[in-house]
Amino acid sequence: MRRVLWCFGLVAACALAQPAGSGVLAIRGARIHTVSGPVLASGNVVLRNGLIEAVGANVAIPPEAFVIDGAGLQVYPGLIDSLSTWGLPAAPGRPTGAPNPAPTPVTPAVLEQRIQTLDDGGPEERPSNTSWVRAADLLDPKLPTLAAARNAGYTTAIGFPGTNVFAGQGSAYNVAGSRARQMVIEDGVGQMITLPVRGFGGGFPGSLIGIISYVRQIYADAEHYKAVQALYEKDPRGLPRPPYDRALDGVIASRRLLLPAGRLAEIDRMLRFGQELKQPLVLYGGTEAFRGAALLAAAKVPMLINLRWPEAERDADPFVKESLRVLETRDLAPTGPAELAKAGVKFAFYSGGVERPADLRKAIKKAVDAGLSKEDALKALTLYPAQIFGIDNRLGSLEAGKIANLTVIDGDLFDDRAKLKFTIIDGVKYEPTPEATPESNR
Amino acid sequence: MNRRLFLSTLASASLLRAVGETILIKNAKILTVTKGRVDGSLLIRDGKIAEIGASVMAPAGAVTIDAAGGFLMPGIVDCHAHVGADAINEGTISVSSMVRIEDVLAPDDIQIYRGLAAGVTTSNVLHGSANTIGGQCSVVKMRWGKPATQMVFSGAKPGIKFALGENVKRSGSNTNFGATLRYPATRMGVEDVVREAFNDARAYQRQRDEYQTRAGKGERVAPPRRDFKLEPLVEVLEGKRLVHAHCYRSDEILMLLRAAEEFGFKIRTLQHGLEAYKVAKEIAKHGAGVSTFADSWSYKIEAYDAIPYNAALCMKAGVLTSLNTDAPVTQQRHLLQDAAKTQRYGQLTDDEALSLVTINPAKQLMIEDRVGSLEVGKDADIVLTDKHPLSLYTKVQKVFIDGEVYFDREQDVRERSLRAARRKALAEKLKPAAPPAQKKGAR
Repeated sequence: MRRVLWCFGLVAACALAQPAGSGVLAIRGARIHTVSGPVLASGNVVLRNGLIEAVGANVAIPPEAFVIDGAGLQVYPGLIDSLSTWGLPAAPGRPTGAPNPAPTPVTPAVLEQRIQTLDDGGPEERPSNTSWVRAADLLDPKLPTLAAARNAGYTTAIGFPGTNVFAGQGSAYNVAGSRARQMVIEDGVGQMITLPVRGFGGGFPGSLIGIISYVRQIYADAEHYKAVQALYEKDPRGLPRPPYDRALDGVIASRRLLLPAGRLAEIDRMLRFGQELKQPLVLYGGTEAFRGAALLAAAKVPMLINLRWPEAERDADPFVKESLRVLETRDLAPTGPAELAKAGVKFAFYSGGVERPADLRKAIKKAVDAGLSKEDALKALTLYPAQIFGIDNRLGSLEAGKIANLTVIDGDLFDDRAKLKFTIIDGVKYEPTPEATPESNR
Repeated sequence: MNRRLFLSTLASASLLRAVGETILIKNAKILTVTKGRVDGSLLIRDGKIAEIGASVMAPAGAVTIDAAGGFLMPGIVDCHAHVGADAINEGTISVSSMVRIEDVLAPDDIQIYRGLAAGVTTSNVLHGSANTIGGQCSVVKMRWGKPATQMVFSGAKPGIKFALGENVKRSGSNTNFGATLRYPATRMGVEDVVREAFNDARAYQRQRDEYQTRAGKGERVAPPRRDFKLEPLVEVLEGKRLVHAHCYRSDEILMLLRAAEEFGFKIRTLQHGLEAYKVAKEIAKHGAGVSTFADSWSYKIEAYDAIPYNAALCMKAGVLTSLNTDAPVTQQRHLLQDAAKTQRYGQLTDDEALSLVTINPAKQLMIEDRVGSLEVGKDADIVLTDKHPLSLYTKVQKVFIDGEVYFDREQDVRERSLRAARRKALAEKLKPAAPPAQKKGAR
């Protein structure tokens, strides 16, 4: 027994990755969910040089391929976490309630350090704004969250840095690789706005009402900045030089805007706010998506659904009666995705506050149990997030020419007892590593 | 579509009538507030009051409601509330004129329904009093169940909240002196913040005008940056935005009136103004209104000299006066009682007492052509009570806004047990799974 454990630990340490990015890999005779086309009851997939070479019921398997017998296995496009922090360093906790420290003299070094500390609030005149910071630049392939993501069947994440109001530029990346730059699929896929409500002591903006006004002002400033720069570039003579402002540069470079919205009132509010700012919009949160599906459909705005379904606070006061509305929301939140599908709203799932990636499939199953079809649930994990972030020409379905990202299950993805067999990321096979237990180090 | 969707989320959806329905309320004692009492009927058509009289013929297709001798009064207007919004204070800075209550209206706030149950149909939703120049306020109709955009009182003049005194200088917080937190720490500083803000606003105004002039002459000149903080203050200077100033003491009231006069703008209302009676003449001369509490004396240091005669004394000095709640700090259901208290102390007539919570606040918000009294042509914002509204024993029976029923006591009472049962069932269903039983002998 001891010996078995020892072996297990050694294997775990090696992460079971085949160093075969440039090789040829084939899965034969598996049930294949192409997502873009019909399900193949029994088919083959051929992967070469990190890309899908062929998918089909009868595609020939080249003689040089390393062949995996797919009998009993189901093959899915690699799962995508549509709003993630996997592989990104945790933002340092901001001390709450502490009085502001005495101002330190701002030398370039101090300023740079502040900017690097993502939660510090950005440069002086643009508080809580790190709009130019890119998730791709922060990606750390050694972080254990990446292995946990693979263990949960995920191959790709859309990561967003920081917790500032202007949190920064999201990047799409694969959750495996030895170098960060090789993991990145697309950089700058959108700007995320968060609502760090800090009360009176934390500097402007400290409230929801202040944050909305602040975002509005920044967008107006960005418009002004563009106008002044255009005028200056045409002919600088006789005009004051516009100052360099990377916070505004970051805002202008944002391809789409992600705004948070949980309750129906928030969905309504943020849809209107996004229209006011004239930005391509994506909402995230979606607790009351079951109430807001029609609004989203009318606005043609996609929604990212947090897989942490609302639940009672762990240490809730048992004598405080929760309102009927709160209880109804808790009851009906998992029906949101089904309602969105019915209304024709594009949506995708994200890991959100789910602490262990391993719990994600259970959370997804809740939505399926609440009426979401398995086809739509699969799309919300693959093709839809790829479409929402404009990377569906590379990812999201099993088609020749796309990136070789696959999730292979020993059974049905939505049966939470069916085990993950392995994932393939950029053509490399990753078997699930055992849960980190004290034994695994021996 | 939206409306249907919002309604479907409400237990009381079945109660709400379609807009535009013609309704005749008969057998009522109609307190018009501005035109005396009429015993008879009131006709609602297209969301407006179409007719009031001793006998009104029911048009074909009209729904008839028998008031059974109850009273009709205009929907209550609360000139100072913090209901129906997801955020109230941006207290990090002393001038937060860029923030807008309209951005954070929360149509699902239960306080709206509670206000309705008290007969309140219009509220001036204000920014809090954490700072000298707060945010832009929103006048809303209490259209419970409608989305935020449909709560807004369309056509109401925009407003802004100012605040003076203890809240602003953060009395009682231990960050008072030597604090790095926020200027000002004294009433002197509050005055300075007001002046500095309006000096900035004037400079911004000049900058904008200068750009217009130079650009108009065809000069090559960069446009000025839009400043959402100063724009509403320029609107105040131009008389396009009403100032509602939270204040308590007579000295700070005089300070603000003089500062405003120096900059050439008016204070529309002094909110709370508990010492307004001491300087009522000066307030009347400036043209400001007072929106006060009925009592609440000595609940904090700056309220020490408050007296329950305040509203009546102000009225008699010719000041446009109303009563407000600061809800949910105090409850909107107290407003009618507050009017009655003021009547008791100040020897007011019934109409004078009712005007404190109806036509006067409507005038203060400059919406008196639409609401505040029962007159033909005004919005059908109407409250039906079983007893005289100034009686302690009165209960609000029905509340109409624009001719739609938004509160019906009978239905509310009937549905309470249903709601309780539903809540109990849901709580049971959602109860977290019990922790796994401990193994035998594990202890």
